[in-house]
Amino acid sequence: MNTVKEIVAEHGHESSRLLEMLRCLQSPTNYLSEEAIVGVAKELNVPISHVYGVASFYSMYSTKPRGKYIIRFCESAPCHIEGAAEVLEAVQDQLQIAVNETTTDGKFSLELTSCLGVCGVAPAMMVNSTVYGNLTPEKAKKILAATE
Amino acid sequence: MDLFQVTIDGQIVNVAPGTTILQAAEDAGVKIPTLCHHPDQQVKAACRVCVVEVEGSRVMQPACAYPVYNGMVVHTNTMAVREVRRTVLELLLTHHPQDCLQCERNLHCELQTLTQEAGIRQVEFPQELRNLPVDESSGAVARDPNKCINCRRCIEACGELQGVDILASINRGYDTVVGTGLNKSLADLACVLCGQCIQACPVGALREVDHTQQVWDALNDPDVHVVVQTAPAVRVALGEELGYPVGSGVTKKMTAALRRLGFDKVFDTDFTADLTIMEEGSELLDRIKNGGTLPMITSCSPGWIKYMEHYYPDMLDHLSTCKSPQQMFGALAKTFYPQTQGMDPSKIFVVSVMPCTAKKYEANRPEMRASGYQDVDVVLTTRELVHMIKQAGLNITALPDEEFDDPLGLSTGAGVIFGSTGGVMEAALRTVYEIVTGDELPSLDFEVVRGLEGTKRASVELIIPEAAADGEVGTSLQVNVAVASSLSEAKKLIELVKTGQEEIHFIEIMCCPGGCIGGGGQPRPTTNQTRTARMNAIYREDAGMPIRKSHENPAVASLYADFLGSPLGSVSHKLLHTHYTKRKVY
Repeated sequence: MNTVKEIVAEHGHESSRLLEMLRCLQSPTNYLSEEAIVGVAKELNVPISHVYGVASFYSMYSTKPRGKYIIRFCESAPCHIEGAAEVLEAVQDQLQIAVNETTTDGKFSLELTSCLGVCGVAPAMMVNSTVYGNLTPEKAKKILAATE
Repeated sequence: MDLFQVTIDGQIVNVAPGTTILQAAEDAGVKIPTLCHHPDQQVKAACRVCVVEVEGSRVMQPACAYPVYNGMVVHTNTMAVREVRRTVLELLLTHHPQDCLQCERNLHCELQTLTQEAGIRQVEFPQELRNLPVDESSGAVARDPNKCINCRRCIEACGELQGVDILASINRGYDTVVGTGLNKSLADLACVLCGQCIQACPVGALREVDHTQQVWDALNDPDVHVVVQTAPAVRVALGEELGYPVGSGVTKKMTAALRRLGFDKVFDTDFTADLTIMEEGSELLDRIKNGGTLPMITSCSPGWIKYMEHYYPDMLDHLSTCKSPQQMFGALAKTFYPQTQGMDPSKIFVVSVMPCTAKKYEANRPEMRASGYQDVDVVLTTRELVHMIKQAGLNITALPDEEFDDPLGLSTGAGVIFGSTGGVMEAALRTVYEIVTGDELPSLDFEVVRGLEGTKRASVELIIPEAAADGEVGTSLQVNVAVASSLSEAKKLIELVKTGQEEIHFIEIMCCPGGCIGGGGQPRPTTNQTRTARMNAIYREDAGMPIRKSHENPAVASLYADFLGSPLGSVSHKLLHTHYTKRKVY
């Protein structure tokens, strides 16, 4: 894993590239640790509050530990009409967690997201970077059960 | 330049291009309500309380940010405008606790005033409070983010003005709130506790940590001898909340009020300001003569000290080792004073009234126990003293004029001007010049170091007679001095020192803009306008003092004769000097 120092150096110490740096820092663990946020602020010589402000603004970043798989469940209107609530309930039931929680084994985190842009196959969810559509409670459970 | 003709509510005004609707309306005698707007800050257009109708514009425009054009027609008081403003306020109130009666800002709150002016009697939307923790960890500045209305004025004060950027906008959308990096508490951050955020806050989200009860308890205890010291800047601001116009000096009413609150002795920090000049002036001459670290930088301002410790830990040897006047007072009040009175120092309780929140932190520093006790027990801000005076039901306008008590109450004009930026420098120059040259100063007023300007410079030529060879007048020594107030200005100066670009011998730095008169503990509003008025009052006090030079203070002279010995001597070293601690930013 690259250190904060290396990642900041790879991005030329340009504070305008903070978003990319935070992405690199987050990718191995799915979240931004305190060390990562303070470290990047120190390397860039910018206030910690500014880095934290950015990290807390974008929903794709997390400052709390998250699971290996992040389920982003679409909460937009078309998915809702196609029965998303029922699927979401099935997912919560299977994982025994509520929205914005992580399973105790650290495998899954469940989040809500706005439109994934695949309304044609609503309801939909994204597991890490893969999008799944035409979900039913059973199908969603199967998808999650098939993950490593 | 051609003026633009603007019609505001039917009234025509001619204003310069670049003028905002808000400013033009002021010219037309129309007051547009504002909330995120601050007279000394940049335009934010964050709150939308100031919206107006501009003919030809599809939507309403924020008056604070919208520049006028020639022929513009503005309506500030239509039914539609009033309704939108009302909705804006109601939306703010959905997030804002409705416990105004118990709030420290009650009757001094900009949101409360606007709500009152808008005639809002009930809020249409359901309340959704934040339920975030209140942070009193620093013991000096308290933050209650539940009351924050996201105007961002504190962010600008903390960032642009003071350059420490502890506060920032955190989270997104509905959850947005002003917070700190990683939501840490102020005690765990490189916050200097200057309280300029408090001065910027329109509501009760930022305040000092209240210590008035501790003082009431001490005053109520018959076994405790309670002494109080008042900083120079307090006397020119206290009156603002007690029936006097801004810029009134109320020294003698203040002393009378303090006695009626029950303080056993009413002393003056100005006395130890004079003492500071003796010690610091001697230290400067010693550094110049013996090749010590130069420039020497003043150490009166605890926010500034904490800033240096965090942000320039490798330059701490530039700081004068002199304690601040507050702490010199504390050390003497528990050594010299009880000795002269035959009292037990453990029974003495020292209260400070300061224009400052960082002074609360300073008094609690572990090294500030030279007397064997905590030298200063409790620090109150000017605002807290106002609260106590009001709680006691005192009408200070009706009180007689009273003097400070002896011996720690006798001071000079040099001590008074410590309250304003440039004051320590001017006081030091008055003394150093006369001690070094043996000549009397032709004029005591060093106008060049006065005023609100961020950084000021001066050079003084000192002719040292004792160094004169036969037939010569003496050795000439050019002393270059600089003065800065606010940390953003201080930073510029320190960077110059760091790179050695400029030869300066002595630097005065005050953490808050304008010096202590603009401190974080002063009455609100503290703006450049009130700062200037208080500053003028300080120099009026100085001009009216019978003695205006620290080295001519007879009480200081007898303190040296009877107790301290000489400046920089061993007793001084133990009681009046200190050391600093390297701290981190990250």
